Amino acid sequence: MSDPNTASIVSTPPATMPTEAGSGAPTNAGLPESAKQNKPRGLLGDAWIDLRRKPLFWISATIILIFLVMAAFPWLFTSGDAVNGSLDRSRVEPSSAAWFGYDVQGRDVYARVIYGARASIVVAVVSTVLTLLVGGTMGIIAGYRGGWVDALLSRVADIFFGLPFVLGSIVILTTFNGSGTDNGEWTIMGLVILSLSVLSWPVVMRLMRSSVLATKEADYIVAARALGASTGRIILKHLLPNCLAPLLVYGTIMVGSFIGAEATLSFLGIGLKSPVVSWGIMISEAQNYIRVSPYLLFFPSAFLVAAVLSFVMLGEAVREALDPKLR
Amino acid sequence: MGRYLLRRLLQLVPVFIGTTFLIYWLVWSVPGDPFAGKCGDRGCPPNYRAMMTEKYNLDESIWVQYASYMKNLLQGDFGITFGGREISDIIATSYPNTLKLAVVALAIEAVIGLGAGILTGLRRNGFLDNLVLVSTLFLIALPVFVIGFVLQWLLGVKWGIINPTVSNEMRFSELIVPGFVLGSASMAYIARVARTSIAENRRADYVRTAIAKGLPMRRVVGVHLLRNSLIPVVTLLGTDLGALMGGAIVTEGIFGINGIGRQVLRSIVTKESATVVGIVVVLVLVYLIMNLVVDLLYAALDPRIRYE
Amino acid sequence: MSDILVSEQSAPGADGSGRPSGRLLEVDDLRVEFRTRDGVAKVINGVTYHVDAGETLAVLGESGSGKSVTAQTIMGILDTPPGFVTGGQVRFHGKDMLTMSPEQRRRIRGEGIAMIFQDSLSALNPVFTVGFQIAEQFRIRRGMSRSDAKKRAIEMLDQVKIPNAKGRFSNYPHQFSGGMRQRAMIAMSLALDPEVLIADEPTTALDVTVQAQIMDLLGELQRERQMGMILITHDLGVVADVADRIAVMYAGRIVEEADVYDLYRKPAHPYTLGLLNSIPRMDEKGQELRTIKGLPPNLMNIPPGCAFNPRCPMAQPVCREKVPPLLQLGNGRASACHFAEELVNRD
Repeated sequence: MSDPNTASIVSTPPATMPTEAGSGAPTNAGLPESAKQNKPRGLLGDAWIDLRRKPLFWISATIILIFLVMAAFPWLFTSGDAVNGSLDRSRVEPSSAAWFGYDVQGRDVYARVIYGARASIVVAVVSTVLTLLVGGTMGIIAGYRGGWVDALLSRVADIFFGLPFVLGSIVILTTFNGSGTDNGEWTIMGLVILSLSVLSWPVVMRLMRSSVLATKEADYIVAARALGASTGRIILKHLLPNCLAPLLVYGTIMVGSFIGAEATLSFLGIGLKSPVVSWGIMISEAQNYIRVSPYLLFFPSAFLVAAVLSFVMLGEAVREALDPKLR
Repeated sequence: MGRYLLRRLLQLVPVFIGTTFLIYWLVWSVPGDPFAGKCGDRGCPPNYRAMMTEKYNLDESIWVQYASYMKNLLQGDFGITFGGREISDIIATSYPNTLKLAVVALAIEAVIGLGAGILTGLRRNGFLDNLVLVSTLFLIALPVFVIGFVLQWLLGVKWGIINPTVSNEMRFSELIVPGFVLGSASMAYIARVARTSIAENRRADYVRTAIAKGLPMRRVVGVHLLRNSLIPVVTLLGTDLGALMGGAIVTEGIFGINGIGRQVLRSIVTKESATVVGIVVVLVLVYLIMNLVVDLLYAALDPRIRYE
Repeated sequence: MSDILVSEQSAPGADGSGRPSGRLLEVDDLRVEFRTRDGVAKVINGVTYHVDAGETLAVLGESGSGKSVTAQTIMGILDTPPGFVTGGQVRFHGKDMLTMSPEQRRRIRGEGIAMIFQDSLSALNPVFTVGFQIAEQFRIRRGMSRSDAKKRAIEMLDQVKIPNAKGRFSNYPHQFSGGMRQRAMIAMSLALDPEVLIADEPTTALDVTVQAQIMDLLGELQRERQMGMILITHDLGVVADVADRIAVMYAGRIVEEADVYDLYRKPAHPYTLGLLNSIPRMDEKGQELRTIKGLPPNLMNIPPGCAFNPRCPMAQPVCREKVPPLLQLGNGRASACHFAEELVNRD
């Protein structure tokens, strides 16, 4: 999800790059100011030029790439066993043999943090996609249709919005994934994804709705409607591209916050559970040994923070690049 | 204004009903037998079953159950736990603790977040600005439980500056660190919103006019610029009070504060459905009312907004 | 006038800048550039003009000609960055304001030089009442009590002919109509009895009927108070009635300066000529409007020689090579054209 996102920002604009590089050159010398500015680049092109100059963007994109590779091919990073350990190595401190040491059950912490990336990132990315799809669709419908449809959808969104996030997901997860149930690894993941999305879509819907409302009355949309363009075409061709930028930014940041949310739920003991490996589970297991073996808490926390931070940073960088007011 | 208030209050009703019904349904109806696993391995005694069924209309449909629950609730009856304790008692003892924590968090948010936002908004791209940008990124990115654990470990265990857990008296000095943890993410958002808002308004025409009038810089910034820039921040702070209480579960857990977050988590684990619903009802109500207050505050702060 | 300004005047040339010329406000060879990420735009390239007490100078030019930026530099409200003053002086009572301390400059604002802005809706603070924003000056600058300040503010509103001034005192800017709001803006700028008033396109945002009223009001107040007024506009029609002298700006320079009558009768610069010709006239109804061909130059890349040469119907090779200086033609006239003499001397 995040990868194609960044890729789309990255891949569309390069066509304009040569012109940018030559903007000070005599080719434009005779052109009046306004003509020169309009020609070479649009909003996305401008944003890309801004982004390229930001070290923050490159750092966060690189870290995200590493995490994505880690999630897809963990064996590239470690040959250790993340699931099985032997108790005689219980809580052995970090050493050259096991960089991050061993946990209570003698499992290699380094291998576990590497393998933990997958669950965290899969949950976060899938939840984000689902949230964007549901919230985005609802937002477009509410904003474009208006009237009672808008009123109804907005109230439904309010209902889900009124539930405090952590509390809501706890209730949902304990209901379907309580101590008595024995759901499989994938069912639990699905439930976590579902509860994150169910509680988050109203935010996206509001974002999309106001975005649609703002552009709906723009002259070019009114013109398109007057020319007889169908509703579907107007939404797809005119509304969506204009509302996409804020959605993109929000989505990127959301991946980050969902990684954190998943960890929080695992930590509370109601999200993913062992034998699934995730950073949240590791932190949860480590909390009882915080006084004697703080490194058990440190390494998964550090990975978690790095992952969340890089997504949030990327989103920030894109937002600043897209926001002309901040220039 | 009066009509607007009435309309907004009426709008609150379906949202309140919707949210509480959702929770009620999830907690009472979905898991199947409400008595499963509640009285140990031998199951609940029949007379106890009969009493609870009577009390919560468990043999009726979910709609009837919910309606009679709400009817009792409106009369101040939150019901009793399976252990026979009044739920309103539980809320009455734990709610003030959460409120205290949330208010401390809000105060910390307002002071630090606003201060940082104003300073950096006025002087963008300096060292302080970058420092605040990076640290707010961290605060937003770090899950609350990580911040909580790290601070608890560093300040409480390693350096011994604070008591790792909060005592029952809930002294103010004990609440500073938990309040900071609870409010950390919002504090970062407030700093950022204030910063952007000030940076945007700083270039506004009316600020220029104020300078052209020959007003001292203190007054231009302190009166003209701040008054406008703080509107979004104040509204953010308002909505936050409701959100903080709902989000206090993790913080209360880490620092051992006996608030409603901890109560609700305990009740969920022990399947005290009535307690869960009761607490959620209170939280949702506070949240909705805070949102309404914020809307009214908005009107008071910005004369351009008119309510028909 | 305030004592401070008098005392400043009493020590001319203390920093070498004070050349006692007796002028009220002088802009001397002012240069301003905007440093943006796309390059450096030379917005003002040596502007020189002055205004004396009791006189109205109209500064005329297209958008982007630098007329507003000059005014902002005088007021000290240039956005920095991107705007930077790179040379020249702005002298008030003979003393260069650009080298003054911020505090000295601040004291001149409002009571030495005041300014009216184009868009009164955005120039007034939306969250304070109009009365508050006028009374504020009396309270902060004159140390008046709240009630005295309010009394004076209502007087000011009365002076700019706002009906029911007392009732309007506590209205917010958005509750005023455009014309009334501009009147309130004028009241605000005149509150401290300034010696110079800069009006930056004061009527552009208004309806035509209201425009005339506001211009009349401004002219009247200027005569009554014997203020020096700088009227910035792109509208030749507005200028004729109120201005004494006109300075025409193009690409950050003054290209012509003259008395209103002389300039209208016989412009000494092809750009002015073009501007005058592009006014629609009743006796030429039905004919195509004569416009100036082309667009204003890109300020990041001003053409060599005379900046107007790509659009000038009279352009000769010399125009592409040499920048024409602003030459005095006598009679207070000046023109920055290689062929100014010929233009003036033709029939």
